[in-house]
Amino acid sequence: MQPMILSFTALLLCQLAGEIIARAAHIPVPGPVLGFALLFVALLVRDRISPDATPIGETAFGGFSKMLLGSLSLLFIPAGVGIVSNFAVFRDYGLAVAVALIGSTVLTLVLTALVFRALAPKHDAPQSPAP
Amino acid sequence: MTESLWVYLAASPLLWLTATMVAFVIADTISKRCHRHPLAHPVVLATALLVPILLVTGTSYETYFNGAQFVHFLLGPAIVALAIPLYENRLVVGKALLPIGAALLVGSVVASSSAVVLGWMMGAPFKILVALAPKSVTAGIAMGIARELGGEPSLAATFVLATGIFGGMILLPLMKALNMDDRATGFAAGLASHGLGTAVAFQLTPLAGTFAGIAMGLNGLMTALIVPVLIRFFS
Repeated sequence: MQPMILSFTALLLCQLAGEIIARAAHIPVPGPVLGFALLFVALLVRDRISPDATPIGETAFGGFSKMLLGSLSLLFIPAGVGIVSNFAVFRDYGLAVAVALIGSTVLTLVLTALVFRALAPKHDAPQSPAP
Repeated sequence: MTESLWVYLAASPLLWLTATMVAFVIADTISKRCHRHPLAHPVVLATALLVPILLVTGTSYETYFNGAQFVHFLLGPAIVALAIPLYENRLVVGKALLPIGAALLVGSVVASSSAVVLGWMMGAPFKILVALAPKSVTAGIAMGIARELGGEPSLAATFVLATGIFGGMILLPLMKALNMDDRATGFAAGLASHGLGTAVAFQLTPLAGTFAGIAMGLNGLMTALIVPVLIRFFS
């Protein structure tokens, strides 16, 4: 069996399982996101059961997954082109959207970094230049 | 003769799937030449190539998507695959559990709620607020969240892209002004501006890039949990 086919099947199975759980349990989380969480847990379990197994990055599955992630930009294009059906939004609410995106992005960057720095152990943080 | 050929091709999935691939190849080549500048992101360039073609040929987005959906579909498995890099970084995460957990919680709530509140204050309708809420997470997840809550996935994708480009542009000057170290810079980059921010963080140092990747993966999950609760206050 081609390792690529097995790898792709495994990713689809995780996604399908995520989709089924989301629908069955009425969790408003996208199926692939639950699939991502399931796969992460599965990898931790694999670690526990067989600690000496080949590191996942060196397996065909890891390689295929990384190849897929390396092509993420391509996968966004069909959605990006969707802007053609949303021109009216930018005509009518362009300013509101700009304010929300710019304001929120600055606020998020600053607050996230401040909280991270406040709680990070000081000793192994890269040194800032001496005064 | 040529007209009937065009009529046939323009409606076939093959033409628009091929156009998407060709546009990406061209866009990626240009992006590489521009040293991966955030403004020259392949998705932006490819979109800028494809949109005029659709408008000039009078092709509807539905017809285009009929072909492009084969590429689009792979987003689902790609999101699942994000578990691999997160798993490989589990030891790094374990060592910085407190700052990562706290920054994730604060960042995720601020990223989604501030976008929704600012949009709401500026008079944007619910349909736009739903698409704004997941603007900081990677496009595949953001589109899933928007669709789940009755929003427009393609609008969410557009906002995600704009956030990534803007975040990538201001990241380094902003973090330098605050005198942030590489780990805090990387984590903020991945959390606030997903893959595009992560790419900029990797240009800073591999350590910053690793923390950006961790933040991107975790925030995708966190935002998917937070937004359904948050958006209830605005519907």
